[in-house]
Amino acid sequence: MADLAISGYSPIETAARREARTALLLASPALVLMLVFIILPTVAVIVLGFTDFELGYASFRFVGFENYAELLNSRTFRKSLWNTAVYTAIVTPVSIALGLGVALLIESEPRGRSFFRTVYFLPVASLLVAMATVWQYLFHPSIGPLNALLAQFGIPGPNWLGASSTVIYGLSVIGIWQSIGFNMVLFLAGLTAIPRDLYAAAEVDGAKSALDRFRLVTWPMLGPTTLFVTTISVINSVKVFETVKTLTEGGPNKASEVLLFTIYQEGFVFLRVGYASAMTVVFLAILVVLMVLQYRFLDRQVHYS
Amino acid sequence: MTTQTMTIGRLARLALLSLGALLVLAPYIFMLSTAGKTQSEIFASSLSLIPHTWNYLANFTKAFTRVSMPMLLWNGVVVCGMILVLQVLVAVPCAYAMAKMKFRAARVMMALVMLGLLVPIHATALPLYVAFDRLSILNSYLALVAPFSISVFAIFLFLQFFRAMPDDLIHAARLDGMSELGIVARVIVPNAWPAVTAFAIFSVVAHWNDLFWPLIVVTNQAYATPPLGLLFFRAAEAGDDYGALMAATLIITLPLVLVFLLAQKSFVEGITMTGLKG
Amino acid sequence: MSMFSLRDITKSFSGNAILKGVSLEAGDGEFIAMVGPSGCGKSTLLRIVAGLDHADAGAIRINGAEVSHLPAADRNIAMVFQSYALYPHLTAGQNIAVPLAMRNLSGSQRLPLIGRFMPGQRRICADIQRQVQAMAASLKIDHLLDRKPGQMSGGQRQRVALARAMVRNPSVFLMDEPLSNLDANLRVHARGEIVDLHRRAGVPTLYVTHDQSEALSMADRVAVMIGGNLLQLASPQAIYDDPDHIEVARFVGQPRINLLASQRDADGTVSFGNLRLTSASDTIGDPRVTLGVRPEFVRLRAEGEGALATRIERLEFLGSEVIVFTKLSAIGETVLAKISPAEARGLAAGQPIGLDMDPSHVMLFAEDGRRLAAAPLKAVLREMVHG
Repeated sequence: MADLAISGYSPIETAARREARTALLLASPALVLMLVFIILPTVAVIVLGFTDFELGYASFRFVGFENYAELLNSRTFRKSLWNTAVYTAIVTPVSIALGLGVALLIESEPRGRSFFRTVYFLPVASLLVAMATVWQYLFHPSIGPLNALLAQFGIPGPNWLGASSTVIYGLSVIGIWQSIGFNMVLFLAGLTAIPRDLYAAAEVDGAKSALDRFRLVTWPMLGPTTLFVTTISVINSVKVFETVKTLTEGGPNKASEVLLFTIYQEGFVFLRVGYASAMTVVFLAILVVLMVLQYRFLDRQVHYS
Repeated sequence: MTTQTMTIGRLARLALLSLGALLVLAPYIFMLSTAGKTQSEIFASSLSLIPHTWNYLANFTKAFTRVSMPMLLWNGVVVCGMILVLQVLVAVPCAYAMAKMKFRAARVMMALVMLGLLVPIHATALPLYVAFDRLSILNSYLALVAPFSISVFAIFLFLQFFRAMPDDLIHAARLDGMSELGIVARVIVPNAWPAVTAFAIFSVVAHWNDLFWPLIVVTNQAYATPPLGLLFFRAAEAGDDYGALMAATLIITLPLVLVFLLAQKSFVEGITMTGLKG
Repeated sequence: MSMFSLRDITKSFSGNAILKGVSLEAGDGEFIAMVGPSGCGKSTLLRIVAGLDHADAGAIRINGAEVSHLPAADRNIAMVFQSYALYPHLTAGQNIAVPLAMRNLSGSQRLPLIGRFMPGQRRICADIQRQVQAMAASLKIDHLLDRKPGQMSGGQRQRVALARAMVRNPSVFLMDEPLSNLDANLRVHARGEIVDLHRRAGVPTLYVTHDQSEALSMADRVAVMIGGNLLQLASPQAIYDDPDHIEVARFVGQPRINLLASQRDADGTVSFGNLRLTSASDTIGDPRVTLGVRPEFVRLRAEGEGALATRIERLEFLGSEVIVFTKLSAIGETVLAKISPAEARGLAAGQPIGLDMDPSHVMLFAEDGRRLAAAPLKAVLREMVHG
């Protein structure tokens, strides 16, 4: 073999080197763009979090954990974290439960399947900023149809998006409305993947009621789907921004201040890049924790092989 | 039980589904209705859905004149189109190399992709904004498109799809004398069409709807995407002319909804596939 | 004592008749194998007996009681599925316990978390555990009880599925191709095991398979189902030697039976080459008939001898026997002969050769597929014996 190789490499090695070179060439645009638009900015945001950099000022200095200390003491930031948590705690379970419920109903009802699927999915395909505007009208305290309807029953409707006590619930309703369809199609896919034989076995084994079969087959078999839908829903809820920016600007009285809106406000309106970067790091940390939770702990509970 | 007879259970299920459907559709119904009402009728706050005096023409005229709707939609098409083309062009060769070829950087690339999946635009926005500001490229298509030219999610999705493709297909193409790029273009892409379609739907929906990044880099209406344009329109209207506002939301929502209604099956399949693979 | 019967079961899906009036009766502890090509309706019939599908018409009786209206859970039947249908999130032990828990525990006792505080729950659960252990021991799977289906081999899963089906002493045992997902060696071994288990349990069993050797080797009686009709229900021997219908003859037997088209004279005589048969009864009707003869009853003769002149097309060596494919010179039909390797010595493809068919084993089928009574003409028989 060796005497066949001219360059000191065997022909096989040369071929392998050629393949590696071509592969790297094919991957290089992606590699470069990944470095420029993802890796470098991520590193930069972590570094910036330790500076007092502000856009418009030429110089900046490293301030250590000062930004983080400020975050801890910031009423706005704590309020923002709390609101994000409340929003997530409402939207995630409700939209998952409703998404699953609708999927189960559609799956068990042969008639009108594609019609209902289309209707429930429609919000996913609609421009959220536009539909939020429609919701604002529906929620309008004096001219909105929702309060007009409540008035028919003699109930004085609240100022949904205008009062600090109800604004987060109003936004949650929009969030739920928007994500039911998405969760539904994922659950539908999960349901069709369940082997029919398992339901037959459950029936033969004595699971008489639909509830018994749901507990014995559907729910455990949907485990991976449910975990996945939960993770996505939590992450999407943590990322809530469009409705807040469009409808409430964080108000009234910071009652709808959420994480991404606070970052946007500090970083891109007040231009306090360093401080906003520290916030972004917290935001990233939350995402990482959620991912780790999914892959490390919960994944094992729902995959059975 | 499997027969087509109407049982009480089935009636209850249909009723429940219909009620839910009505609630989901309510915003659309009121949007359509209010877009045709006059200001005074809207303020009369009645629950009637059919406008007393048909004011559609006036409201739509307002919507079209205050902000250039065709321009917004055009911007949306250009930005989403450019993003999609770039993402596919960049991701497909990379995913092919990672799935079917041996090279040492592959493992590092895989780690980068997994890392990249974790990092949304919201996390990288600050440094990118600073950099774009320094480069004076804010308020441009370039600023709107560049950060999304790389989609790690596309790489991830295509990677999984390509791995499932038989190696023999590629071996046969190599024996037929195709170059690696030729294989990607003439063998891989045609066979990866379901994945590309699914990703296209996911990408267009995501970027058509995105407000965060356009809001940051665009202050000039000429480059506004649909969501941002609607925000401008709201500001111009002081948010109270609901007739015109509803007309504007209708115009801006319609294109994607139409696409969805026309291509429902691939739309839902696309979202499901990208959803489950993510 | 336990038995079941089906009477005139019909079923159609969107206008297509899947079952066209199927009746059968299984006696106490009888093992009936239902065999047929795919799509013949055998699995549908099984699901109807189980209560997973509902017949359009007909009666199902288990131990004398009509059960057609009962849901699957109330029929006290057990079923082993082709895919085993084990619950992947439960261990083998939990899987086996499911049918017991579903029947013996009340709804409130089965509630998660609080169920264990319901009165009597603890005692019943201990009882279930004991039964599961006993069942597992008898199937030699006690070491698998803590494993989940995903961690078991195909053969192990199959045993767990059997255990789950048998654990609660069902009135009827249904099996839907339970061996088709096993590899060939394991399959032959598992046949014996299932027959053995069946003997011990003594529960009437309906076993569906598309594999005729499985049906013939395991069952007390074989039901051959083709095109939604149960064509014959008889002992394996009778199914093979004495098929009632041309489709049964065609379906059962490896290598396949030789079927040759012929005509019947006005006096009821059927001839094929030098072969002459008389069909005793049923002389009216369509004169077209089909002769059937199994390859083992075809004898090779020297060229120019025998009832039929043929040419050897090819030889298939199967170890203990050789299948000879011959082509009839006159009409181009292929006729198979099964002979011993010793007889096959010296034979080669292309060689012209004579054939005889043992007339006492030639079957006659009418144009509609019914079996016709037939007897060899004495003169011919004598000629055969001496020739």
